[in-house]
Amino acid sequence: MSVVTVQLGQCGNQVGQELFDVVCSDAQEGQRKTYSTVSCERFFHQTRHGDPVARAVLIDMEPKVINQSRTKAAKSGRWKYGDNSYFSQKQGSGNNWANGYCVHGPRHREVVEELVRREVERCDRLAGLMAMMSVAGGTGSGVGTYVTQCLRDVYPKSFILNHLTWPFGTGEVIVQNYNSVLTLAHLYQLSDAILVHENDTVHRICSQLLAIKHISFSDVNRVIAHQLGSVLQPVLTADSHGVYSRNPLGELVSALACHPEYKLLSVCTIPQMPSSSIAYSTFSWPGLLKHLRQMLISNSKMEEGIDWQVRVPTGSERTRGLTGSCFNTSLANLLILRGKDVYSADTGGFADPALYTSWLSSEEAFTQWKSQVPFNKYEKSATLVSNSQALLRPLDNMVGKAWNMFASRAYIHQYTKFGISEEDFLESFTSLEQVISSYSQLC
Amino acid sequence: LTLTLCFSVGQCGNQVGCRFWDLALREHAHVNKKGVYDEALSSFFRNVDSSGVKDVKQMYKINVLTYLNLQAVLVDMEEGVVNEILQGPLREVFDSTQLLTDVSGSGNNWAVGHMTYSSVYRDQIVDKLRKAAEHCDCLQCFFLIHSMGGGTGSGLGTRVLSLLEEEFPEVCRIVTSIYPSSEDDVVTSPYNSVLAMRELTEHADCVLPVENQSLVDIVNKIKHMSHSGKPGSMIKRDSTIISGQGGLSGAEKPFDAMNNIVANLLLNITSSARFEGSLNMDLNEIAMNLVPFPRLHYLVPSLTPLYTLSDVSVPTRRLDQMFSDAFSKDHQLIRADPKHSLYLACALMVRGHVQVSDLRRNIERLRLSLPFVSWNQEGWKTGLCSVPPVGHSHSLLALANNTCVKPTFMELRERFTKLYRKKAHLHHYLHVDGMEQSHFSEAISSLSSLIEEYQNLDASKGKLTPDAPRLSIAR
Repeated sequence: MSVVTVQLGQCGNQVGQELFDVVCSDAQEGQRKTYSTVSCERFFHQTRHGDPVARAVLIDMEPKVINQSRTKAAKSGRWKYGDNSYFSQKQGSGNNWANGYCVHGPRHREVVEELVRREVERCDRLAGLMAMMSVAGGTGSGVGTYVTQCLRDVYPKSFILNHLTWPFGTGEVIVQNYNSVLTLAHLYQLSDAILVHENDTVHRICSQLLAIKHISFSDVNRVIAHQLGSVLQPVLTADSHGVYSRNPLGELVSALACHPEYKLLSVCTIPQMPSSSIAYSTFSWPGLLKHLRQMLISNSKMEEGIDWQVRVPTGSERTRGLTGSCFNTSLANLLILRGKDVYSADTGGFADPALYTSWLSSEEAFTQWKSQVPFNKYEKSATLVSNSQALLRPLDNMVGKAWNMFASRAYIHQYTKFGISEEDFLESFTSLEQVISSYSQLC
Repeated sequence: LTLTLCFSVGQCGNQVGCRFWDLALREHAHVNKKGVYDEALSSFFRNVDSSGVKDVKQMYKINVLTYLNLQAVLVDMEEGVVNEILQGPLREVFDSTQLLTDVSGSGNNWAVGHMTYSSVYRDQIVDKLRKAAEHCDCLQCFFLIHSMGGGTGSGLGTRVLSLLEEEFPEVCRIVTSIYPSSEDDVVTSPYNSVLAMRELTEHADCVLPVENQSLVDIVNKIKHMSHSGKPGSMIKRDSTIISGQGGLSGAEKPFDAMNNIVANLLLNITSSARFEGSLNMDLNEIAMNLVPFPRLHYLVPSLTPLYTLSDVSVPTRRLDQMFSDAFSKDHQLIRADPKHSLYLACALMVRGHVQVSDLRRNIERLRLSLPFVSWNQEGWKTGLCSVPPVGHSHSLLALANNTCVKPTFMELRERFTKLYRKKAHLHHYLHVDGMEQSHFSEAISSLSSLIEEYQNLDASKGKLTPDAPRLSIAR
């Protein structure tokens, strides 16, 4: 089964390009025929000469980034984008969600739907759609939200996953919190699950774990692509009976997004280190999983500065509501192990009912996927996709800052100009406060 | 891609415009020479190595019409400056449809420019505007370059601004306004400036105020530096922002040094729309990010570095110095001190080999010392363009929406009031058809309310503003 990716805006098109690059080079490495076939079927179709072509639609309101991504792909020599699978305009959305959602989106609806339809029809079976975008700018967030809405209309029964890049806390776009609030509130009604990467976290991974000195956007995007790749590449699941599971998005959604109030997924991966250090490192499953579990419960998104003081609350602490503010309660977790001896790994620590809410049994809340094929040069690696309180604080910050700005009505005239009213803002604020409230009550 | 359409109005506006065109050509020729730019575009510049003027012209034309598209309409009510341009090497660039001149000038009278000439030339201006706009396949932004003190730039210039709004209301209007020095030799310049201010406040999306005196100061500073002859402080040849070396125009004219600074401002502001980079910043993003309230759209520009030293070592400290300088008093293009006023928002447009980590480090370092309005503590907008300006390895243009513009406006109001109280020269204005005294009173009250709005924001500075109480969810 195949996934059709829709890349939207500057960020979506850059991250998407890195993702296909990672997936393609991973599939083509070494002797891994079945794995490679499944991966290719999932993300690529082939030209008559057998060259892989990404199952992707590229959308942006200005041409520069799409041109760059297409050129990079073609230059890789391993894969490319379809010659007619992109749509760009000449003028961006100007960081204005309303411009993207109310003007550009509707104006280009038919073209975009047609491009997606052509990609979907190329798939023998459609596993689902993945829309990749940032929430900060105007095109990714505004057009992205509109396109997601169209996809929901046209493919009401398909899985739709949104991959969102959350902006740096400061310094990218000044109205980013407004754009984020509007995007998230709308996507929450449309998407099956929302997978989030925060630029701040990824930037820290680049500097502290990967020891990159001058970090470029390309470095940041590659880390995101690797984490995403390790989630989306072929795996064996509990009920796939020894063959690679065919339906990555469906399995992901059913493992993690069991309740419509809870759709925010975070990702963390271990190990991550400079490639020059890999040769001198040894990895053991108990070591990796011990760290990963502590990262989960203490809510650290990377293996550096983990707070080892945080521990799982005992039953009586929990009933008395003393879980402590640092403990990160999960709704559901998906653990993906790749590499040598995966079947010897003891994952019992993640099945502990104390990690999860009381209203879901840990058998339902915890899922694991495995593959003996190593990923991204690591002999052993583990990725955890988590529906937990991990994104609560950044979400709360985002909404809080937007709300403060809204209180003085700053920048609102830029949105009303395109038809987004103060009431629309209030509605979005209300629905996100609801989400925040739900996640913070998780226990 | 055709994105921008440039209007230069009046003597000063056209002199600046002329420097802008020249340096824009120099920049594109330079980019091609190094071969760093995309093949399709660099092919437009293939004749750059042969120094024949004809080839350059050819290139320039292609440049103008198909790629750069700094398409322009030149308007002046006297012929001097435009004729000079037409006799210079840039003459091939313009055809008669792009020019509009008269012979008699506006006599430093806003009313003559705004009323008399606009009623005579309105249709012609609109016609030229429409024709020029037809060449643009995607008009994103108008640039208007003019001065505030005289008659044509100030009066007719602001009339052109409102015509742009009438004809293309959805296209962003960015105005570069040259403000007169307080020792200006035009006695009516306070009248003209205040009358023009009202138009700018009501009809522009963004105004980039530039003060003559600041330009003079920067020129002097650079000249002093280059003559100081201290060891280790040799300025790299042609790398100053006042230099026009390598452009088409030969001999330097009196105001060229000053005008080159403004030309560099315009080059940098459009760089991200012209060249690629890892974080694009389109022109329509400027107003979106920097203008929280429609009237408060005066963005103080600062340019760094002013020059590059010929001694090329240690990149990082210099790079950080560039960021620090952008906030210092003597790099602002108006006489203002943003650090000790209140920021509403700030944009950093970086060119050259600068990474996102450099940006982050410097923002983190600087934000602590910069006062931002309570609801926009993280009001930073950034752009990264990979192509540096000619002669530099990197550069930074900062645009600050900052209450530091207030003193300039107050001084202007004071000079206006001094004249107006005595009704000095008023009759010259009131003679003009269509001009009434209410224009004066309305203009001054518009300026006063603008000053008051900045004042109110200033008053909030330093006060601890509690977060707005959040919506609560009933459970």
